[in-house]
Parts: sequence; structure tokens; C-alpha cells
Amino acid sequence: MQISINNFTKTFDTTTVIDDMNLTIRDGEMLALLGPSGCGKSTTLFTISGIHRMDKGQLMFGDRDVSGLPSQKRNVGVVFQNYALYPHMNVFENIAFPLTVRKDNKADIDREVRAIAALTHISELLERRPGQLSGGQQQRVALARALVRKPDVLLLDEPLANLDAKLRLEMRSEIRRIQLETGITAVLVTHDQVEAMSMCDRIAIMKKGEIVQIDTPADMYSNPRTSFVAGFLGNPPISFLSGIAMENSFSVAPIKLRVPLGAYDGIADGTQLKLGVRPEHFGPEGDIPVEGKIAFAETQGRENLYDVALADGSVLRSIQPAGRNWALGDAVRWFIDSKSAFVFSDDGRRL
Amino acid sequence: MTRNFAAWPIILLLTVLSLPLFVMYLFLLVDTFSNTAPGSLLPNEFTLEHWRFLIDPAITGDIWKPTLTTILFAASMMIIVVSVSATAGYALSRLALPFRRFVLSGIMVMHAFPSVTLIIGVFLVLQFAGLYNSLIGVILVKASLMLPFGIWIMKGFYDAVPWEIEMAGVQDGASRFTVWRRIILPQVKPGLLSLALFAFIDGWSEYMLPRILAPSSDFEVLSMYLNTVSDPNSSTYNFNIFKSVGLFYTLPVLALFVLFQNRLMNIFGGGTKG
Repeated sequence: MQISINNFTKTFDTTTVIDDMNLTIRDGEMLALLGPSGCGKSTTLFTISGIHRMDKGQLMFGDRDVSGLPSQKRNVGVVFQNYALYPHMNVFENIAFPLTVRKDNKADIDREVRAIAALTHISELLERRPGQLSGGQQQRVALARALVRKPDVLLLDEPLANLDAKLRLEMRSEIRRIQLETGITAVLVTHDQVEAMSMCDRIAIMKKGEIVQIDTPADMYSNPRTSFVAGFLGNPPISFLSGIAMENSFSVAPIKLRVPLGAYDGIADGTQLKLGVRPEHFGPEGDIPVEGKIAFAETQGRENLYDVALADGSVLRSIQPAGRNWALGDAVRWFIDSKSAFVFSDDGRRL
Repeated sequence: MTRNFAAWPIILLLTVLSLPLFVMYLFLLVDTFSNTAPGSLLPNEFTLEHWRFLIDPAITGDIWKPTLTTILFAASMMIIVVSVSATAGYALSRLALPFRRFVLSGIMVMHAFPSVTLIIGVFLVLQFAGLYNSLIGVILVKASLMLPFGIWIMKGFYDAVPWEIEMAGVQDGASRFTVWRRIILPQVKPGLLSLALFAFIDGWSEYMLPRILAPSSDFEVLSMYLNTVSDPNSSTYNFNIFKSVGLFYTLPVLALFVLFQNRLMNIFGGGTKG
């Protein structure tokens, strides 16, 4: 079901957390709300669920205006960060709870619970208590409970934050699989760009209560609209150089660096600019030479990470396949791939 | 566990300190089953005659009626305290009440307030309501005096229940009341149980309120009964019978404590076990 949020404003006491936000989640898509803590992504999620009320604006589930409805009448499934399973009920009772509240008959409940347990691979755990389950299993139970009454939308609040690294990988693909199999519209709140990029159809990046950019993961990575978006996506993160515009080039005078701006002409000379270079676009191959020293080297097995300190003190990050290794302190003359670099104005807008 | 100090000095100290108490309790027990010759320290014969009050009302008056009255008194008070605390504690912990802070600090003040100082006001209220000299009146007063404690304790237990569990319940389509009854209440069950025990024991041992607020009524609780038995001016005064009645009066409390001491300790720990 398509979810749309129109002109949504939310204030807590006197602080406006979200100001006039518009967002549409397409039917059957999985959308990530991505942003640093305090950006309003959880507020948005809990507003969709009905836990928070909108101060201004409209929330539509399909053609139905649910802005004024309490949580109970919204048919929304939520998976909380700590799963919020009911500790005194076993797994079956946990999953069945939404149905028993609705007073479905016993046979139906039994069938539904077993079907959803099969989908989430927890059929053999139905008699256990939440306390006897591992984190990943609890996560599956929480998912099953959220999905059992076929909600219009599934909301996931940092679902992987409490899992260890290996389980996180497993559950990442599991959640995506279950979402695709049920075809449910889903919203995922996360501060982890890897989660957002790997699980979702589209990402909405939020900052200070505003959606900065909403795009598919690939488009957002290759075409960030602001330096904030560019800095948020990608691991290791992008590095920025400060400079000025000079004769249609991005120029850092002290190190005699010049990157032609090509399509960006028409910028007045002397304008403060920022150049964003992703680690994979800086290395032994490219077109704009830069000299520096290896200031930091980290082996990751398949590839190595390097920080290269330039003469003026700024740092460029680089990621290189393992094999040819540089050591700390080595002087290098590497190249920036100018076609893949992003130029931002001083206030962060992409030019 | 490794010890970083020797245990025996502490045990010795505790033994010396508690020895007088222990000896007193021992003699309380021994004296109820024996007779001691005048001037002697140790008993010289075993007897059950001091326990005859259980079957022979002629000795100290019927004991079973006051016992039943006390059970009724303590149980009704317990029910009132538990049910009001369970709901009020939830409201104070979770609902956006007007004057919440004021009510909370009020409860704290009430909790710290010595109840004896209220007795004149309480007397006037009971007199006005026509409940003076009645069991119901005493139950109500005793229960309300215990409520600040109960509400405060229950609020602490509710506070420890994760917020998300409640929201999950609401999200699953349950009303706030259903959520409270089916999800939250089971989480605070340890608190309810220990509060119930505390209330019962408190009611069981209450002496002052029935004495003051129902002095001439036809019901009698065990503490008042014990008082009449101990009256030194009465011609039937018998120290050993007094001890037996006293022991009889203490036994249920001891039994409850032994049975439920883990749960009672719970009240000071608070919190849920996930």
C-alpha cells in the first residue's frame, strides 16, 4: 500500500523536530530513512505507526486518511530495536497476540501463526520463551509478530542494531527476503548506510528534520546532491579538499592542485569550493597528480586503506587492492580521477 | 567466590549481638510447652496446658473469632491496597496525567508522614461518615494509610517495564486496558505479590487503629485480643498463656515470611526479569 506523508510538522515542547516534510513510499517498496541520530527519522517512523501524533500535516495509507487514527486502528506492523517481545508468553503466544486481540477463531490463529513461523524459519521454536532465544531468533519472532495480521506497512526501527556482526549480515538478507516474499511496503530506520544501501529500494537521507535527498542506493552514491549525502554514504567515507575556483578549475594553490571543472563553468574566480574524492577514485591511476605521504595504512585482507597527507595538511583517503603494499611514511605521487570527483559549493550544495 | 576477609570474626560478632534475641525467642517457645518451678531458671515439666486456649474458650475467651476477624481485616485491606496500587501506580508511571508531579510528591510526603498524627482528622472523618466503631471504617483507614507506600512501590515496578513492550501491544491492536491487563500486569507480578504479602502482614499486626477507631465495637482483632490476655489486673493472668497466644499470633507471619521471603526481598530489588 502506498504511504504518503504530506506537509508533516512535529514539535516536541518548543523544538520543531520535523518541519513541513513530504514523503511518499511506493506500494511494495522498502524505503530506508537514513540519517545521524537526532535527525527525526525515528520520529517519522513512530508518526506513521501512530505512537506520535502529527502537529500538522496528513498521513495517507492508500486513499485512506489515517492522520487522526490511534495506533490500534492503523494496521501497522512494527519491529522495535529491542524487539519488545512479551517475556511471559512463549513464541506462539507472542505471534498470536495481535490475532487474539482481534478475537479471531482458534483454528485460524493456529494456521496463520504456523504459516508466518514457516516463512520466518522459526517453526521449531514456537514453544520457547523469548528469554531462551538468541538475538537473531528474537528478531525473527518480532518480524513474525509484526507481519502476522498482514499490516498495510511494516516499520523497522534499527532492527539490526542489537545483533552481532555475523547475525547482522544474515538478518539483513533475511529481512529483505521476507519483505520481498510478502510484498509488503516497508520503512526501515537506520543510521548505518550499509544497511540502508544493501536492503532497500530507495533511501531517504535526513538531516535536522528534513529529507535531503531521496533516491535509489546506486544513484545516491554516484550522484549525491550535497556534501552531507556524499559524506554519509560510502565506507571508507569520501574525503574533502577545500579550495577556490580559478579559471574554471578547482584549485588548491599551496599544493598547486588544479582540477578542471569542465561542465561547471561559470563559477566566479575566487569562490570557495569543496572537492569530494571517494577513496576508490584516488590512487596510482587517474589524471590529476597529487603528491603526499602515507599517513595511515590499514590492511583489510582483500584491500588496503590508506590516508595520504598532502603538503598543506589535508588528507585524501584511498582504497587499493592488496598486493602492491605501501608502508607508513612512503612518499607517493597518486592521481585523482577528476571525472568522478564531486564539486560542492562552500555551503555543501553540489555544483 | 574468593574471600578477601575471614568470615569467622563477623559470624562471632553477629552471634554475640543476636544471642539475647535468640534466647528470648527460645524461651518464648519453650515456655509455651512447659512449666517452670518458681525461682528456677530451667523448666521442669512438659505440658500442653498453655495451648488449651485453642479449644477451651473459658480460659481467655474464644480465640477463633478474633482470628477470623483478623484474617478478614488483613485480607480486605490487602485487596484494596493491591488493586488501587496496581492501577494508580500504572497511571502515575505511564499516563500523561494532569498534576502528575504534584501527585507524585504528594505521595512521597504521605509516605513519610507519621500516620499517628493524622488520627484526630481520621477520627473526625469516620465519625462524620458514620463508619466510626465499624470494621469497614478501620479497614478503609488502614488501607489508605498504606496506599502511598503501595503506589510508590508499584510505580517503581511499572517504570522498569520497557516502554517498547507496551507500544508493541498497542501496535498489535490492543486497547490500553488490554495491554495493561495482558502484557504489563504479568511483568509486575513479583511486585504485586510482595506488596500483597506486605499488606497482609501489616494488617495482621495492626493494633493501634482498631483500638482507637473501634474501641467499643463487637469485633476484636488478634492484637486487641492479645492485649486483653496480657492484662495484669485480670485474675486469670498467666504469663505462659500470654506467651502461647503471642506465639499463635506470630505464627502466620513467620510462615508467610519463610514461604515467600525471596519474593519479599524482590520489593527492594524491583524490576522485571527478561
